[in-house]
Amino acid sequence: MPQVVVDVVLKPEISDPQGQAVLGALGRLGHTQVTGVRQGKHFVLDVEGTPDEAELKQIAETLLANPVIEDVELHLPTD
Amino acid sequence: MRIGVITFPGSLDDVDAARAVRLAGAEPVALWHADHDLQDVDAVVLPGGFSYGDYLRAGAIAARAPMMRDVVDRARQGMPVLGICNGFQVLCEAGLLPGALTRNSHLHFRNRDQLLRIERADTAWTSAYGRGQTITVPVKNGEGRYVAAPADLERLEGEGRVAVRYVGGNPNGSLRDIAGVTSEDGRVVGLMPHPEHAVEDLTGPSTDGLGFFTSVLKAVVSA
Repeated sequence: MPQVVVDVVLKPEISDPQGQAVLGALGRLGHTQVTGVRQGKHFVLDVEGTPDEAELKQIAETLLANPVIEDVELHLPTD
Repeated sequence: MRIGVITFPGSLDDVDAARAVRLAGAEPVALWHADHDLQDVDAVVLPGGFSYGDYLRAGAIAARAPMMRDVVDRARQGMPVLGICNGFQVLCEAGLLPGALTRNSHLHFRNRDQLLRIERADTAWTSAYGRGQTITVPVKNGEGRYVAAPADLERLEGEGRVAVRYVGGNPNGSLRDIAGVTSEDGRVVGLMPHPEHAVEDLTGPSTDGLGFFTSVLKAVVSA
């Protein structure tokens, strides 16, 4: 069954306190090479038949992400 | 006067909201999110809580409930709607109010009595107050930080759409100390603090919250 992946991250201008908390923990663990963390969501959708890109785009942009605060990327199966 | 209070799976403050409606002198009507019948109510309150466990985003799934389609349609025709805490999140997710509520900047759940300033005393839910009046009601949230794009914030301020602002300390990092906003027509109001928990001396820090519920009585009569 084809799988469609949707990645959602907060827009760059929206502050991400969870990502900052992760960054703080990395600093305390001595991982100084990491200078920024943005935390997001990763959805894997099982799709029956040939994925309908327009419908999937609508799902991603109207339910899985809130366009007021989040950017969304849709990854369709490549084969 | 009939005021509906919608219960979603995970709503917590629907009973307190109904009690506040009754204390204000109206008849509370219990509504269930999965129904498609507003039962001829004159106004609707969306209560606080954790609908659907805040899964996906706070209020996101509740905003797509069958009853919410009726609420959105009626609100666009001028029916007063008040969203408190999770209800505010639902109204933003449903597109009835601008902006969004995100994780508190300090990452802590914050629960305390909060001083607020009424910025708009001419909405359906705030006319019992005076402009600039300060009130004390409880605030309790983990995802209450109000955000919007900079241009949208400017527009909201320019249009006077900030209904309530935090004073004496911002509990969650909300931009511009915004505690609540209103729709263009002033009929829909959403706020993170809980006026329904401040309606009786016995159980609240004040009775300052009652004004939200008495305001709407006038709004409905004059509509």
